[in-house]
Amino acid sequence: MSTAEATSDWKLPSQRKVGMISLIITESALFTIFVVAYLFYMGKSLNGPYPYQVLHLPIWASFALFGSSVTIWFAEKALHKGSKIGFNIWWLITILMGAYFVYFTAEEWYHLIYKEGLTISTNVFGSTFYALVGLHVSHVIVGLVLLTIVFVSSLRGKLHHDHHEHVEMVSWYWHFVDAIWVVVLLVVYIISLNY
Amino acid sequence: MATGPIDPNFKAPAPERVGEETGTWSHVIQNLVYTVDHKKLGLMYIGAGLLFFVVAGIMALLIRVQLFVPHSDFLEPAVFNRFFTMHGTAMVFLVGMPIIFGFANYLVPLMVGARDMAYPRLNAFGFWVFFFSSLFLYFSYFGAPGLYNAGSAPDVGWFAYSPLTSKAFSRGHSTDYWSLSLLLSGIGSIATSINILVTVFCLRCKGMTLGRMPLFVWLFIVVAFLVIIALPPLSACQIMITMDRYLGAKFFDTQAGGSAVLWQHFFWIFGHPEVYILILPGFAIASEVIPVFSRKPIFGYPIMVAASVMIAFISLGVWAHHMFTVGMTSLGNTFFAISTMVIAVPTGIKVFNWIGTMYGGKIRMELPMIFCIAFLFQFLIAGLTGIMLSVVPFDWQLSDSYFVVAHFHYVLIGGLLYTIFAGIYYWYPKAMGKMLSHKLGLWHFWLFTIGFHLTFLPQHVSGFLGMPRRIFTYEADRGWEIWNQLSTIGVPIQALGILFFVYNLIWSYYKGKEAGDDPWDAWTLEWACTSPPPEYNFEKAPEVRSRRPLWDLKHPEDPDWKFE
Repeated sequence: MSTAEATSDWKLPSQRKVGMISLIITESALFTIFVVAYLFYMGKSLNGPYPYQVLHLPIWASFALFGSSVTIWFAEKALHKGSKIGFNIWWLITILMGAYFVYFTAEEWYHLIYKEGLTISTNVFGSTFYALVGLHVSHVIVGLVLLTIVFVSSLRGKLHHDHHEHVEMVSWYWHFVDAIWVVVLLVVYIISLNY
Repeated sequence: MATGPIDPNFKAPAPERVGEETGTWSHVIQNLVYTVDHKKLGLMYIGAGLLFFVVAGIMALLIRVQLFVPHSDFLEPAVFNRFFTMHGTAMVFLVGMPIIFGFANYLVPLMVGARDMAYPRLNAFGFWVFFFSSLFLYFSYFGAPGLYNAGSAPDVGWFAYSPLTSKAFSRGHSTDYWSLSLLLSGIGSIATSINILVTVFCLRCKGMTLGRMPLFVWLFIVVAFLVIIALPPLSACQIMITMDRYLGAKFFDTQAGGSAVLWQHFFWIFGHPEVYILILPGFAIASEVIPVFSRKPIFGYPIMVAASVMIAFISLGVWAHHMFTVGMTSLGNTFFAISTMVIAVPTGIKVFNWIGTMYGGKIRMELPMIFCIAFLFQFLIAGLTGIMLSVVPFDWQLSDSYFVVAHFHYVLIGGLLYTIFAGIYYWYPKAMGKMLSHKLGLWHFWLFTIGFHLTFLPQHVSGFLGMPRRIFTYEADRGWEIWNQLSTIGVPIQALGILFFVYNLIWSYYKGKEAGDDPWDAWTLEWACTSPPPEYNFEKAPEVRSRRPLWDLKHPEDPDWKFE
């Protein structure tokens, strides 16, 4: 309970927002180290397979993930307007697009492990690749869990108008996961294809 | 009387203990486990920290006994390695971190006029994660030898350089206990830091603008920011090392294209800000104690805030001064030498401002002030040897020598621990309702100070004479004996001082003088509560109009807010 809630002319930032921003800062620091490790080890593998041999630009997966940032925004707008149906539809589309991204990663890793023979212990490319992409996709999975919790409570009629900040926080997290994918896409699937 | 921000006639009722049973041990433990109260958790943090302080201190004592004479066989080499590793790791992660978080937990909500931390349950989570990760680290003594003849506790040093941590050189599970324990405690620290940030930004009482917060709170914002930026690199390190050891990843495997130097970079990207995470809370305590006992408001408040923020920023760009001997480029050496020297500037600003606060003040030589004055002298020595070590050629000579050991013990004992003592003498009356004995405190101060300097001053010399750190014994003809012997003699004197301190804590709890709500005639909000404060802190949300709300209250004819 905030001690300042009762007074009207004393405005403080929202707890949820400050907490989520802090979480995003600390997560960004974590990702930075793994991105630096990936960049540092580019071209340092002593044996193949090398990135240019096995990686392909994940166009559809990226499209799904970036698109989900747009659809979650539509869902929020629908919630603000009070349209439950609109919210549910856009929110479900967001979940499906996120789920497609996870499916893509599973497919890609299956291919890399069983067809190309690239595992975490094959070379430094394998170690850094699975660490960075795995860290990102684990965040996508956490995001999906959060999205699903919101969706289930919406279907059960538990989502009210005054929950829009809860929903907004989930969307902030989801946008953050998307923003990380911009970096991962650039570093892993574009820059490192030269090595 | 209506001009004051808080009703002076208002007396908070004695703390109620609703639904809380006392008496038997199981009730005590039940209360500790169930609690989400920031004050109890704060005291639990400090209590656990002091407990591990004694354990790690005993290890240091045994290390010093081993080094008393050349060719000593008091400790086996392997045991010696485990002791210095566990001593270092424990003092940083199990003693320093929990004690500073304890102070933050207890005082930040009180100082900003809030009823609790923003996320009380997350707060309890942070404590218990820290506590069990600490037990996990010590459990390595029993659980780590997975193989016949493999080591028990971690023995790779507190910064665990690669490739010493690879499976080939560190058999069994000792390194895994080390890395997983730090990964866990890192999660707890980050959770607590987010909690501090949210509490300060979102739960300040009416009128408590950022510019009116006590410097203590400001410094803990800076610390919390540093933790959430600098701890994740440590977590990343631990994830990578665990992947290397269990999944065959090649991060630090130099024979497969990995890099041992990268570990050093990643570790010190965490490790150097960590030094400031530990020392800034010391500054926080000094910034509260010195003004109150000089009877003057802090000198240069805005500059103090700016200097703290500058220290935090610069501290993120000095890490490789731990690595001059690795062989970096000249550009790298120059950059990190200069950034290290630059960080002395805001630190110097702070020291001058504390002296400026004392200058012309009516100084009261109470125990908190005595410890803070000692802190100023000792931290100056630590800072000067720090600047010496930032000069690259000097560092090439003395890196990994006892000179470095002396330097960082002056920082962490002479700087941090002295302010922690000051903080305990200052706020113990608030937390327990009893004054600590002045006489016992003086015994503690003089014994500990004599012992501390006797232990660590000679180590500068043995460092100059070329004695490397972390050696379990040495030859007789190096000229190191006398310095090591002086050093070792200092340790029992320090230990005696600590005994007086612990005895004082216990004796005063039962027999100490009643403290009253405001024994030091202080100015910040925590002294407006009863001692100890009730569970809800403030019955009525306080309202502040200046940086010294209690001054305004006690001096309605001359309040601070008239001059703001």
